[in-house]
Order: sequence, then C-alpha cells, then structure tokens
Amino acid sequence: MKIILKQVILFNPYQNLNEKNDLLIENGIIKKIGNISTDEFNSAKVFDFENKYCVPGLFDMHVHLREPGREDEETVETGSNAAAAGGFTGVACMPNTNPAIDSAEIVRYIKEKSSNHLVDVYPIGAATLDRKGEALSPMYELFEAGAVAFSDDGNAIKTAAILRHVMEYSKMFDAPIIEHCEDESLANGAMNEGLTSTILGLPAIPKIAEDLIVMRDIMMAEFTGARVHIAHISSKNSVELVRQAKKKNIKVTAEVTPHHFTLTEEALKNYDTNFKMSPPLRTREDVDAIIEGLKDGTIDCIASDHAPHSIEEKEMEFIFAPNGIIGLETQLGLALTELVHKKHLNFSQLIEKLSINPRKILNLPIPLIKENEKANLTIIDPDLIWTVDVSKFKSKSKNSPFDKRILKGKSLAVINKGKMFFEDKFFDIM
Amino acid sequence: MSLSSRHLLGLYGVPKDDIQLILDTATTFREVLERPIKKVPTLQGKTIVNLFYENSTRTRISFELAQKRLSADTINFTTSTSSTKKGETFKDTVRNIEAMKVDMIVVRHQSAGVPQFLTRITKANIINAGDGLHEHPTQALLDMYSIREKFGELKGLNVCIVGDIAHSRVAMSNIFGLKTMGANVSVCGPSTMIPMGIESLGVKVINNIDKAIAENDVLNVLRIQLERDAGRRIPSTREYHNYFGITSERIEKNNKNIVILHPGPINRGVELSSEVADGPYQIILDQVTNGVAIRMAVLYLLGTMVN
Amino acid sequence: MNIKAKIIDEEGLNRTITRLAHEILERNKGSKNIVLIGMRTRGEYIAQRIKSKIKEIENCEPNFGVLDVTLYRDDFRTRLKQPQVSVTNITFDINEKDVILIDDVLYTGRTVRAALDALMDLGRPSTIQLCVLVDRGHRELPIKADFVGKNIPTSIDEEVKVKLKEIDGEDAVYLIHAPIKN
Repeated sequence: MKIILKQVILFNPYQNLNEKNDLLIENGIIKKIGNISTDEFNSAKVFDFENKYCVPGLFDMHVHLREPGREDEETVETGSNAAAAGGFTGVACMPNTNPAIDSAEIVRYIKEKSSNHLVDVYPIGAATLDRKGEALSPMYELFEAGAVAFSDDGNAIKTAAILRHVMEYSKMFDAPIIEHCEDESLANGAMNEGLTSTILGLPAIPKIAEDLIVMRDIMMAEFTGARVHIAHISSKNSVELVRQAKKKNIKVTAEVTPHHFTLTEEALKNYDTNFKMSPPLRTREDVDAIIEGLKDGTIDCIASDHAPHSIEEKEMEFIFAPNGIIGLETQLGLALTELVHKKHLNFSQLIEKLSINPRKILNLPIPLIKENEKANLTIIDPDLIWTVDVSKFKSKSKNSPFDKRILKGKSLAVINKGKMFFEDKFFDIM
Repeated sequence: MSLSSRHLLGLYGVPKDDIQLILDTATTFREVLERPIKKVPTLQGKTIVNLFYENSTRTRISFELAQKRLSADTINFTTSTSSTKKGETFKDTVRNIEAMKVDMIVVRHQSAGVPQFLTRITKANIINAGDGLHEHPTQALLDMYSIREKFGELKGLNVCIVGDIAHSRVAMSNIFGLKTMGANVSVCGPSTMIPMGIESLGVKVINNIDKAIAENDVLNVLRIQLERDAGRRIPSTREYHNYFGITSERIEKNNKNIVILHPGPINRGVELSSEVADGPYQIILDQVTNGVAIRMAVLYLLGTMVN
Repeated sequence: MNIKAKIIDEEGLNRTITRLAHEILERNKGSKNIVLIGMRTRGEYIAQRIKSKIKEIENCEPNFGVLDVTLYRDDFRTRLKQPQVSVTNITFDINEKDVILIDDVLYTGRTVRAALDALMDLGRPSTIQLCVLVDRGHRELPIKADFVGKNIPTSIDEEVKVKLKEIDGEDAVYLIHAPIKN
C-alpha cells in the first residue's frame, strides 16, 4: 500500500534535514521524497500534512508498562497504544514488574507481546536479581534476549559494591546502567523537604538524597569506565554534578521528566496524590537549573517515567498513595509548551532530546528520513492548541496531574513497522 | 458573624477575625461549663462522627464531651489500622459513614491532608483533630485561649514553642495561629528537631533553653514523642532533659513570670520536671478545660452555619 | 426605619419602669427572695434600671444577672444569618429563688421559651416571673407575662423598637412599619 504525506516539513537534526516536500511510503518503506507523479498521487492514500513536521519517530526511554504483574493498571498493549497516541514509536520499559525483568523469559515475553504493535518496546533488564540489590541479574543473557539497558528503577542499586559489579559487567556489552538516584535512608518521605513540606506537614525527602547517589554513581562510572544514565533528574545540584562529570568525559547521561521541568512542590498544596511522585516535585530553583541543563546539553533527553496506577490506589491518604504519574500522552505537548514555545529550546534540540539522544544512549539505530529507509516517523503540529482530557487517554490508568491543562503542540500521527496511527485509529500501510 | 470557611482544616491562612470569633465564642461555652447542667440544646438533631485513625484518647474525649454538651448525636469510629491494610479503602469507609447522614466529621489521621481529602469526598463539615505532621488546629486554639485568658491578649506576647518542632502538628498550628494574632513566636529545641524553612515563617529559632525561658512570656512545651522517630534525632531522653528540659531551677534562675503550657500527656522528667508539671507556673489543666470550650465553639460555629 | 408612632417617650419609660418595680415588689412581698435576670441585649438594661428603682424603694439591691439564650434557640435551621452568641453572666445560685426574667418586647414567645430552658439548666428556682416592657401580641407559644409595661396591639407588618440610652442614645419606644419580606 502506498501513502503520501503531502507537503510536510521533513525534519531530522541527525541528518541536518529541514525541507518541505512530499513523502511517498510504500509498504512501510520510504520510497520517494519529492518528484512524486500525478499517477502515484492518484494511486496512494494522501495525507495532507502541509507545514506539519515529520520527524524521526519519538522515543521514550523510561516507561512502566506494568506487565507482567499489574495488568489492571497497564499492559504492553495499552501502554504502547498510549505511546502511539502521544507521538512515540518506541519505548524502553522498566523492570520493576512482578516478577521483575530479571530473566530472559520475561524479556522475550514482553518483546513477544509487542511484536505486532506499531510501537517498538525495548525491555530494560533488572540490574540485580528481583531488584533486591544483592546479586547480579543474568545481565548478559538479558542483553542477548533484547534488554537494552539495566536498572533497579524504583530504587538506586543498593550498595556501592553491587553497583561496581553491575557497572563492570555491563561494559562487556556496552549497555548503560540507568539509575533512580535516591539514598534509601534519606528517602522516607512523600514530598520534597523545605518550607512547603513544613507547612503541609508531610514527611519529606531532602534533595541531598538524590545528589548523594548521583555523585556516587558518577564516581563509580569514572572508576569502572561504565556508562551511567541518571533517570528523572530533579535537583539543581544533581544537574551541576552531571555537568561537571561530562566536562571530565565521564560516561554519564541524564534525562528529565516533563513534570520535573513543568511543576514545583507548590502543586501539592491541595494534597492531590496525582502530584505525588518519586523523585518528588522540587522548587522553582531546581526547575530553572533543569531548564538550563536541557539548554546546555547536560540533560540529554526527556522521558516520561510513565507510571500507571489504578484510581483506587491513587485516591488514598497522601502518605499511603503510590508515587508516579502517567506521561506518555502529555509529554510532547508539555515539552513543546514549556520548552519550545517558551524559547528555552528550539525545535531541533527538542527532537534530539525526544527521539535521537535516547536511541543513542540505548545503542539503537536512529530512524532516517531517506529513500529506502523504513518509515519510523512522527508527524507533529507544534502549534495545535488542545486540552488534556484523561478520560480519552489510551492508557489504562488515569493518574495524570495535567487533566484539563491547555497545551500547545501535539502529535498528529505516527508511522512504524508498516503501521500507522492517525485520528485515533491504528491501520496497516503494508 | 460567621467563620469564613465551613471546615476547620488548619490555622494556616485562617483570617484573624475567624480566630477571634472562635476564641470569643469559646468564652460563652467556658461559662456553660461552670453551670450545674453543663449542656445546651444547640446542636440537637446534628450527627457528628469522630473518625479517629490514630489513637488519641484525650482529644477524642474532649471532642466527644463538647459534642454531648451541645446535644449533638455522636458516633465514634476509632481504628488504628491503616485503610491500606484493612481491605476497605478510606474513601469507601467515609462514603459509608456519610450515607448514614452525618453532618460533621471530626477526623484524626496519620497522613497529612486527609481532612482536605475528606472535603472533596463528602458534604459534611470537616474538623481536623490532627493530621500527620500537618496541623492540630483545635489544640492551638485552646492553647491560644488559655494564653489569652492569662494575659488578656495575644498581640505582642513572646511565645516560645519547645521540643520536636519538626514532628509536631501542634507546633505548626500554634505558629500559624499565634503569628496571625500578632504574637512574637520562637521555637526552641535540638537542631535535629527544627524544621527546614521555619525562619521564613517569621519564627525565631533559639537553641538554648535558658535563653528561651528568659526571653519569653509563655513556653508551650511539646511532648517528646519517642514513638515518632524522635529516638533517632536525640541521643536519649536523659540528654534531652539535661539540655532542653524545663526545671524549677531553670525557671527560678531565668524568669519567674513564665507561664508553661503543655498539650499532654506529659513525659515527666523529660520535657518537664515533675516539680514544674505540678508547680505554679503551669496552666496545663486549664488547657484541658478550655479544650472542651474551644471545641464546643468550633462545633457550634460550623454546626449552625447558614449555607 | 419607617416610624409610624412614638408610643413611649423618655418620661413615660421612666414612669413605666417605676411602676414595674413596684408591681414586682408588691407581688413578691419585697425584694428579699428575688433575683433579676435580663435577657440580652436590651432586657439587660431594663433589668438594671429596675434594680436601681428597687434599691431606691427598698434600700437593698437584688442579685442581677444576664442571660444569653442563643444556644437555646429553635431557629438555627431556618435563619438567614448565623446568630452571635454572648456570655451568660449569672454568678449567683438561682435555686429556690423567685426569678424575674426581664426582656424588652414580648412577641411570639419563642425567646422566652429558650430563656426558660436556659434557666432550668442553671438550677431550680421557686418561681420564674416574666416582666416585659412591651407586649405586642401574636404569641406562638402559651406564654404570658406577669408584668407588662404596656400592651401595644400590632399588626404583623409592624414592629416595636425599644430604644435605650445605654446603647441607642435615647429612651423611647417606637412602632415601625416593617413589611415581611418573602
């Protein structure tokens, strides 16, 4: 089957590509850029995306798909649907499932579940068995089965000793170690520590809980020569630590979530558990430092930390409610609204952080917009104004603090693996 | 005159007029408590639930007595298990209680924010009887009432709160209320027990107990709650007593006009020496009596509010 | 205030209070066992004046207290405004006393009902006698005053306003046109 994307702006900073043209895709392969004949126009399904951006499919390297274990909250399928609706053609999913992704069977199980879906799902293996921080997981086996990185996400790798071995071992296949940086002994709280937590009377987590582990991990990466990726960075000092480490050529990369560059702890004043997350929302000073880090490249990419929770779990007393929010379907809109339209990043930097850099970190091929390449594309209208409505979300869970928020910029369609998602529907383009 | 809110969730941001009205109304009920029949029919036909997820005999009894003296029908729902372990969610429990047609809910819970959460899921008037480390407004109101009774007014008074400020909802409510009423508020305690950012609330931090006694008109001395991880913040109660305990010698040396409050129950020999706990400087039992009057005032003002 | 008529002036009020004091003393055979209780707000001042008169006549002062009946009202559910409570100030024992309950205007009788309940909570007087400056009729409860300054038959869209120097700056009783708003 042939489809034509008419008069789109073909945009890929990785190829230095920025041109308005027609794009012909045949059976999921980019066949022609420009010079498309009238006959071809007549025989193809034509999408008028004039002046919309066609970019390499977006990639979210930090999502929780809850399968296996909590299929009531999300599954590989519903999470992938949410990813497609949010403009993503690929995601990497965290291993804190039940059981954890610490065996090749589970890696294959997830890959199998996603094999027929438009969205590529790459499992991240547990760094230690059952994420307990005691013994190495079969990392090599997981890697061969398709795991692209290793993490004990939800927690930092427990001790320096096991972290050292995880890092040393990971070097054999050059997989990054993704760290949820939080010192457990300081992390017994429900929000950021400061004046606001004093006023709200919630047990609080100091920023130093994050900074200490970021510091430890950077030093350990330097010591072992392994690659460490700081997940959902949230504090000003941590951004600075990463910046300095990069100057010293330590192999460290970092990501930030949309909520950590959009919201501050002030949002908690009504005790809405949809603002409860880990790491907690911080202060304006931290948000400003994060935006600075995004601008100067200290922070490599944006990832949602999509964390589905059931309504029963979230509608609970604040200290008992679980951490986390869903983010796949608001991520692009928030990034465009908060970063591009506010002129912190240009569109090209945004695409690097949402599509190119995450793939680089995970050693995945970067989709090219080029004849005879597989079409792995996202079509974006950066100026479309829309209102978030969680009831329309593809995700099985609805725990978003951004419901009813007005955003500027949205994905219109995604194309990958011979499939297309457009106007709320999936269909084959083979 | 009515309160500006139909709930009492805390004293943070509560206008001065509201606090004044509650304190003035409590004077009326203080008189009722001196009568041979300490009961008025004002809340006849109103149903009030005391929803206590945390053990607190004193506060619950004080509220219950206040409700009975206003002739309201009261139900006690006390449980120490958290809803998460019980099978039924907190929300379902509350919905069930509300279906029994209750007018007001007095709630105590180990999680901050539960009173706010209740305002979103029920139509009843909500009174916070202590939520997590957040607030305990009626305790602060009764403290303020007791201080006012002693000094005539709160404005310009020097009040110091002593103890584990970081883990005390009583301290926070007192700070917010007293600041609003124009008192000079300070806190005194080991530095591990002083919460972050407290100075930005206009509160002075004193780290020497002799100085705190000397510089203040009132000390509101908090219970050192060993059950609430105070154990990790101080080496021992003995060391606490040696450096922050209030003793007769300290009072006599520094300020014989000091007035001592304590929300109870007292750890004798820890925050107060027995001599001080029974001595002439304290007004601890007045606080208890005033507590009933304050709670009657709050129940009255919320329970008879015109919608 | 839409005044229809001034029914009692300053002198008249003074004379009425004198007469009420005499009637109270006559009925109770002196002031020995009586206590005066004024109902907030204006009843308090009328009671005070009666007390002074009794002192003039008998050269002895009966006990005097103030009663606030807000907590005993029956109209919390129907009112448009929340009433403000004040303190009841009765510092003496009313057991076995002849309580003279004093108010400015007797109308539906509901306030007196509340006052009777309130008094019962304070003790067990021998008698309670009701003294009012004006009885304007329209009773809704079976209540009758023992001592009445003046009976003023009114229609339902009228109101009786008692003004006292202590709070209003003048002594007078007015009949006012006050149509009921629905």
